[in-house]
Amino acid sequence: MTWLRLAIANLLLSPLTSAVNVLLMALGTASIVLLLLAGAQLSETMSRDARGIDLVLGATGSPIQLVLSAVYHADVPPGNIRLEEAERWAGDPRVETAIPLSLGDSYRGYRIVGTTADYAALYGAGLASGRFWNEALEAVAGSAVAQSAGLGIGSSFAGAHGLEEGGHSHESDPYRVVGVLEPTGTVVDRLILTSLESVWEIHAAESHSHDHGADDDHGHDHDAHEHDEHDQDHGHGDEHGHDHGADDDHGHDHDAHEHDEHDQDHRHGDEHGHDHGADDDHGHDQDAHEHDEHDQDRGHGDEHGHDHGADDDHGHDHDAHEHDEHGQEAHDHGEHDHDGGHDQADPDREITAMLLQFSSPMTAMTLPREVNAAGTLQAAAPAMEVSRVLQLVGIGLDGLSAFSWVLILTAALSVFAALYGSLRARRGDLAILRCLGATRWELLVALLLEGLLLSMFGVTLGFLVGHGAMELLGGWLESTRGVALTGWTWIPAETLLLFSLFAVGGIAAAIPAVQAYRTDVARTLAEG
Amino acid sequence: MSSSATLAIDAVDLDFGYRDRTVVRMEQCQVERGRSMAVIGPSGCGKTTFLHLLAGLIRPGSGTVRILGQDLAELSGAELDRFRGRNIGLVFQRFHLLPALNVRDNVLLAQRLSGVRVDAARVTTLLEQLDLGGLEHHKPSMLSQGQAQRVAIARALVHGPELIMADEPTSALDDRHAERALALLQESAQTVGAALLVVTHDQRVRGSLDSEFEMEVPA
Repeated sequence: MTWLRLAIANLLLSPLTSAVNVLLMALGTASIVLLLLAGAQLSETMSRDARGIDLVLGATGSPIQLVLSAVYHADVPPGNIRLEEAERWAGDPRVETAIPLSLGDSYRGYRIVGTTADYAALYGAGLASGRFWNEALEAVAGSAVAQSAGLGIGSSFAGAHGLEEGGHSHESDPYRVVGVLEPTGTVVDRLILTSLESVWEIHAAESHSHDHGADDDHGHDHDAHEHDEHDQDHGHGDEHGHDHGADDDHGHDHDAHEHDEHDQDHRHGDEHGHDHGADDDHGHDQDAHEHDEHDQDRGHGDEHGHDHGADDDHGHDHDAHEHDEHGQEAHDHGEHDHDGGHDQADPDREITAMLLQFSSPMTAMTLPREVNAAGTLQAAAPAMEVSRVLQLVGIGLDGLSAFSWVLILTAALSVFAALYGSLRARRGDLAILRCLGATRWELLVALLLEGLLLSMFGVTLGFLVGHGAMELLGGWLESTRGVALTGWTWIPAETLLLFSLFAVGGIAAAIPAVQAYRTDVARTLAEG
Repeated sequence: MSSSATLAIDAVDLDFGYRDRTVVRMEQCQVERGRSMAVIGPSGCGKTTFLHLLAGLIRPGSGTVRILGQDLAELSGAELDRFRGRNIGLVFQRFHLLPALNVRDNVLLAQRLSGVRVDAARVTTLLEQLDLGGLEHHKPSMLSQGQAQRVAIARALVHGPELIMADEPTSALDDRHAERALALLQESAQTVGAALLVVTHDQRVRGSLDSEFEMEVPA
C-alpha cells in the first residue's frame, strides 16, 4: 500500500507527463479494442445471418455478390432465375428445405422480400403481433423496420423500385402491414417480408404502365419479325420488347433461337416485374450474354429496368427499340399479362434466389458442383463466401491493428522516457528511501508500479473509449448500413489484450526499475 | 573500552578507499548509547564517507563496524536496509524530503519503512513538538529551509531509533539557526534516548556535544 500510494503521488507530481502517457496508451488501446470488437461482431453477425443456409441458387455471376444479396441483403443480386429451374433443384431429395426469395423493391431503404413464411422461420423470427400474409400485398415487417419506419399492423406503404432509397415508388399498389416480427438480431429484422405473388403482381403492373408511356416511334420491322413467331405463342407484348433488345445486339440467327425458347416463356407477365429490381445496377454485358444464351426473360427485365429510370447510359438504345415496339403492339397484351400475373400456379415465374438447406452435410460436396455444371444457375455456399469476404476484410483489419500496435509502442516508449527521465532527478529520493529502510527490491517494485499504473489507467480509459466508440459507431452503422454492432459486449480476445497491455507497461518500466534497483545510495548522497 | 552492549557506535580499524586513493582510515571511534559526539574535520577528510560506513550504506575495505552491538558485516544487503531503517535516523544536509508527499506523509512513510508499528498519533505529536503543527499537508516545496530541516529531523526520529546521525546539519544555516538546529537535534535525541553523531566541518559545533572526534585528510 505504501508503495502504491507513493507511486500515485509521484505520477501526480508531473501531471502533464502522466496524462500524456495515459492518453497515448488509451488511444492505442481504444483503436485495438475497436478493431477487435468490430471484427469479431462482423464475423459473428455474418455467420449468424447465414446459419441454416447451405447453398444459395441464383443467377450466374459473382458468387460473393449472390451471397451478399440473397443472404445479407447488402448488395444487388446478379440477376433473376426462373422459378421452375430453381424448383428443379429444390425438389432434389438431398435438399431439406428450399426458400425462394424475390427482391427488387424497398421501403425507406429496407428491402421488400417476396418469400415464404419459411424464411422468417429460418431465423427463428416469430410474430410479435399480427399474422403472416394470406394474399398479395400483405406484408410482415421485421422488428427494426417496424420500429424505425413506424410500421404497425394496419399501416400501409408504397414500395419504391430499387433496393436503395429514392427509387420511383409504386404508389398505385400499396402494401398493407398484417404482422410484425420479433427481434432476432439477424438480417430479417431489417426486412419487410411479403409473398412472392405480391412482388410479381406489383412489377407486372408496373412494367405495363411503363411500356405504355414510353413509346411512340419505333421499328416496325422488328415487330413484324417477332410477332410472327409470337403470335403462335400467345402473343405477349413484353417479350416482344425483349426480342428487340436482343436483336439489336445480335444477329438474327439468335433471334430465331431465342424465339423458340420464348414461346414457352411468353405466357408470363410476371417475369418482367422481377427483372426490374435486379437489373438496375448491373452491367449490360451480362444482360447481353444472357440474352444470347438462354433467357429472353432476362432480356425483358433489362429493358424494363431501364424504363424505370435507374440507368441511362446503356439502356437507351434498347429502350427506344423496345418501348416502341411495346407501345404499339403490346397494349392489349400488357393487360393480358396482368391477368397472368395473378395466376399463382404458374410454373415459369422468376425469382431472385433460392436458399437451400441440405438434409445431409455430405450434399455440400456434390450438389453445388452439379448446379454449376448444369450451367443455367449459379450455386454459392454462404459459408465459403463469408470466409472469403472475412479474409479480405481481415487483411484490412490486420493493417489497422498493426497501426494500433504502433500507437501502443509509442505509448510504451513514452512511459519509458518519462520514468527514465525522472530517474535522474529522483536518485536522491531513491537513496533516501533506502536510508529509511527500503530494500533494493522495493525500489524496483516502486518504479514498476508507476509504469503499471500508467498503463492501467491508459488501458482502462482505452477500453472505455473503445467500447463507447464501438457503440456509437454501431448505432451509426445500424442506421445507415443495417449492420448492428454494439459496444456493450466483451470478447475473449480482449482479456488477452488486457494482460498484454499491462505487460507492455511493465516492460516500459523495467529498465528504469532496474536502474532504481542499482542506485548507489552512498555515492548519490555524497554527491548531494 | 566499553563493551559492545553499551556502545551505540563501535568502529575499529576502518579503512575505505577507491583503488589507489584512501578515503577513510581510522583506528577507533566509539559513541556510547544516549551520548552525543561531533566528528569535525575539513572538507575532503572523508567525514561523509565515514558516516555512510557507520550507516551501512557502504561497506569498509577492512575493519569492523558495530552499531548497537550488531556487526554490520554479518548482515546481507536487505537485512542491512532493514536494520538501518529500524535503528538509525539519518539527517542530511540537503534534506531529501520526497517532493511528491506532504509533510505528514513524508514522516509517515519513514515510520512505515522502518518496520515499526504505524502510529499516526505519534507523528502528529512529533510534528507539533517540532513546531510543524500547521504544515502537515504542505508539500516540501512550500516549506522554508528551517521548516524543511525540522521535517527531516522529524523523519529521522519518528520510528524511535537508538542512533541519530546528521551530516552537516548546520553548515547552510546562519549562526542563530545553526545553534537552534543543533539544540533541536540534541533535545530530540535525548527525548527518545538516542545516541547522536554529528558530522561537520562547521567549527561552531565545537563545544556543543558530549564529545568530539577530529578527522584528518588521510595521507
